[in-house]
Amino acid sequence: MDVRVANVRKEFDRFPALHEVSLDIRSGELIALLGPSGSGKTTLLRLIAGLESPTSGAIYFGDEDASHKSVQERNVGFVFQSYALFRNMTILENISFGLKVRPRAIRPPAAEIRRRALELLDLVQLTGLEKRFPNQLSGGQRQRVALARALAIEPRVLLLDEPFGALDAQVRRELRKWLREIHDKTGHTTVFVTHDQEEALELADRLVVMSQGRIEQVGNPDDVYDRPANPFVFGFIGESSTLPVEVSNGELWIGGRAIGIPAPGADSSPAQLYFRPHDVELVEDGAALAGVVAASRRVGGTRRVELEIGGQKDRVEIDLPFDHPAGMKTRIAFRPKRWRLFPGATA
Amino acid sequence: MADTPPAPAVSSRPERIVFRSPVTEARPVRLLLIGISVAVLGLFLVLPLVSVFVQAVNLGLGPALATFSDPEAVSAIWLTLLVAAIAVPCNLVFGIAAAWAIAKYRFPGRTFLVSLIDLPFSVSPVVAGLVYVLLFGPFTPLGAWLLADFGVRIIFAVPGVVMATIFVTFPFIARELIPLMQDQGTGDEEAALSLGASGWQTFWRVTLPNVKWALLYGVLLCNARAMGEFGAVAVISGKLRGETVTVPLQIELFYQEFRALAQVSAFSLAAILAGLALVTLVIKSWLEWRYADQLAATRKH
Repeated sequence: MDVRVANVRKEFDRFPALHEVSLDIRSGELIALLGPSGSGKTTLLRLIAGLESPTSGAIYFGDEDASHKSVQERNVGFVFQSYALFRNMTILENISFGLKVRPRAIRPPAAEIRRRALELLDLVQLTGLEKRFPNQLSGGQRQRVALARALAIEPRVLLLDEPFGALDAQVRRELRKWLREIHDKTGHTTVFVTHDQEEALELADRLVVMSQGRIEQVGNPDDVYDRPANPFVFGFIGESSTLPVEVSNGELWIGGRAIGIPAPGADSSPAQLYFRPHDVELVEDGAALAGVVAASRRVGGTRRVELEIGGQKDRVEIDLPFDHPAGMKTRIAFRPKRWRLFPGATA
Repeated sequence: MADTPPAPAVSSRPERIVFRSPVTEARPVRLLLIGISVAVLGLFLVLPLVSVFVQAVNLGLGPALATFSDPEAVSAIWLTLLVAAIAVPCNLVFGIAAAWAIAKYRFPGRTFLVSLIDLPFSVSPVVAGLVYVLLFGPFTPLGAWLLADFGVRIIFAVPGVVMATIFVTFPFIARELIPLMQDQGTGDEEAALSLGASGWQTFWRVTLPNVKWALLYGVLLCNARAMGEFGAVAVISGKLRGETVTVPLQIELFYQEFRALAQVSAFSLAAILAGLALVTLVIKSWLEWRYADQLAATRKH
């Protein structure tokens, strides 16, 4: 099911949570809404679900305008961060709930409901736990039950609101892989909200990066990571270092020195240079960025050093091999291998 | 004892070092505190309770049981049951509605409504009775209109007794449900709705089961108060024997007769009320022990 969000605006007590957001979600894709808290990603998800109604704009399911349909009529599967399992029902009753509450005319027979619920329990790898109650399961298991419950109603769209937000890192990684498998198996159009960029990059076909009620960039993980559309996306996705630079004569200058980075087409003006700390090469000679080590710490397989650059004492981070001999005050010269230049004096 | 100073290292006598938790007190202090509590409870609660039962069987079991064939006593018991049977369901419906509105919605005047629900706790029951007399009395416009056009008597009649009882038992159920429902939020309801349940199905299958033990707890307290209320009912009932007299009022009437047999009757009825209180207490404690997690986080009674 395609979902189209067209110029949707949402205000809470006249405070705008979303400004004129438009987004096309393709049938069968797994798409992530990614952003810091307060960026409007959960609001957008709840608008698609029908748990909120837009102040203006429309939401289409396929060709049909769903804006004024109730959450029941939209037939969406919604998974909550807090699981929201019904505590007074067994796991089996939880999963069958959506089928049991259907009007008699379209309700499957009891035996069929049970068969389908057990099948879903298999799908989420919780076979044999149907008689347990939610408080007898771990967080990861509960979230899998919540997903099975949402899938039971054969939703047109599956919506997940920070589904792994309350789980610890190890369980998150496992569930991430597992969710991808389920998605590939069932082929539901799936939208999930997360503030965890690693989760979004690993799991999603496409990412929607949001900030302050606006969509900053939509693209596949490679696009968003390698070709960030603006300083916010560059800073939010992945590690980044930034430096104020001058553009002059088709190259970049810091404090009156060329740093060996060409800037064709850009005219004379201040700008911000963005690059990834791990995406740099150390150079021995020629024009380069140079600085002295001001701090150093071990990060995984590399050593991250903070360099003081030039007279303004601007600090940037770069990664060195963990066995690099640099100590405090060592002078290091480097050039980013890939970078982006955004106009403006400050980020 | 833990208070003794530590023995010098060279002491030949092996000193047993007792660890004492930093948040506990020395044994004499603990015994003193426990003793005071037990003495006060015994003097003010247990002793009077026991004496009620003792007084009831003062002249033997026969006269005590004879109370329950006295037409006035029987009528008082029936009236009390009737009043509770009307007041408790009324407050059940009202309590759920109010708790739902306050816990699940944001609307102007919400905090005011919360304070208003607590009003019967802070108003003297006598005042509660009196306001209805002033509102519905036969010489007020409203009371005269009801009496003349509909022949409905409120004051010095059963409707007034019921109204006064509803007033004083107003907060019990709502107060139990509000903190719990606020704590539970709207997540479960949203989940049920997103799964296609109607509002009615969501209420019966999700909201109500989530609060059922707190609801029972509230009903229990509400019922105990409804059957035991004296002040508000005394003002409004007019104490018409056999007509508007509830058990607590009948106890007082019997007690004021200064006949030995009436005294026994007073205490027999009192024993019924005390027994009701004990049963309530047992069920309440059992609920608290068994379903503590499903009752409201904050206890206010």
